[in-house]
Amino acid sequence: MNQDLVGREFPPTAPYLVGREKVREFARAVFADAPQHTDVAAAQALGFADVVAPPTFAMVIQDQTLQQLLAQEDSGIVLARTIHAEQRFTYTRPIVAGDELTAQLRVTGIRMMGGNAMITSEAEISDASGAHVVTATSVLLVGAEQSTDEGEAA
Amino acid sequence: MGYTVGDVLAERTVHVTRESLVRYAGASGDFNPIHYRDDVAASVGLPGVLAHGMLTMGIASSVVISALDPATRVLDYGVRFTKPVVVDPVDGADIHVVATVGAVDEEAARIDLKVTFDETTVLVKAQLRVAVR
Repeated sequence: MNQDLVGREFPPTAPYLVGREKVREFARAVFADAPQHTDVAAAQALGFADVVAPPTFAMVIQDQTLQQLLAQEDSGIVLARTIHAEQRFTYTRPIVAGDELTAQLRVTGIRMMGGNAMITSEAEISDASGAHVVTATSVLLVGAEQSTDEGEAA
Repeated sequence: MGYTVGDVLAERTVHVTRESLVRYAGASGDFNPIHYRDDVAASVGLPGVLAHGMLTMGIASSVVISALDPATRVLDYGVRFTKPVVVDPVDGADIHVVATVGAVDEEAARIDLKVTFDETTVLVKAQLRVAVR
């Protein structure tokens, strides 16, 4: 595993415009039946401009940063042996339809355990004004040649 | 909304099918074929087509959020993926979610999620923290 990934600068992702129908589609996909995810009036009654995305919607934006990481030719990350081990989101506010979001990736740690590598990365997701919305943290486990059956394939 | 440690806030069984996986693939953009192709899943040594871990994580928070006051502010949400959810092409899979108040302080309540499939815990350290004011 390439330890130089820690501290490498990644450019912010291209702005992602959160669409109302995309939020509704995602809410339906994760069985999110609270009204603020699909009903504009219900969201507005809570003080939001439009429908509110379910908490894990941030993954859609974070994924663009993980693609940047996987595209590093020297990363040493082999997708076929990589599983998603942990995921965390820390919110300043929820994502709302109409938001224009960018994410900036930072690899915060690489830990070797036996032949496996645990890679922790953080995507800081901000709105068009530059204000923080959510930080998405992923731990990817890249197995040694002998693969593991634990966890979820990334 | 008051929170008391030990209170069960929500409990639900969500039935997922292969259609659910295809729907989540489209909604999320995660088109890894292990989530819809038996041959690909088998070729990498998996016991079958798996639900996306992020789908299971999303279902668990949906169950909690439906049970809370809609004005509740979520502060953070994290899980560890430990075991896969295998989704049978005919019978699907049942994901069982129980949300219990684990801790409360002046700022936040920690809601602990027990998420099981086939009697096995599939997410560990699944915790969602909400603001209490």
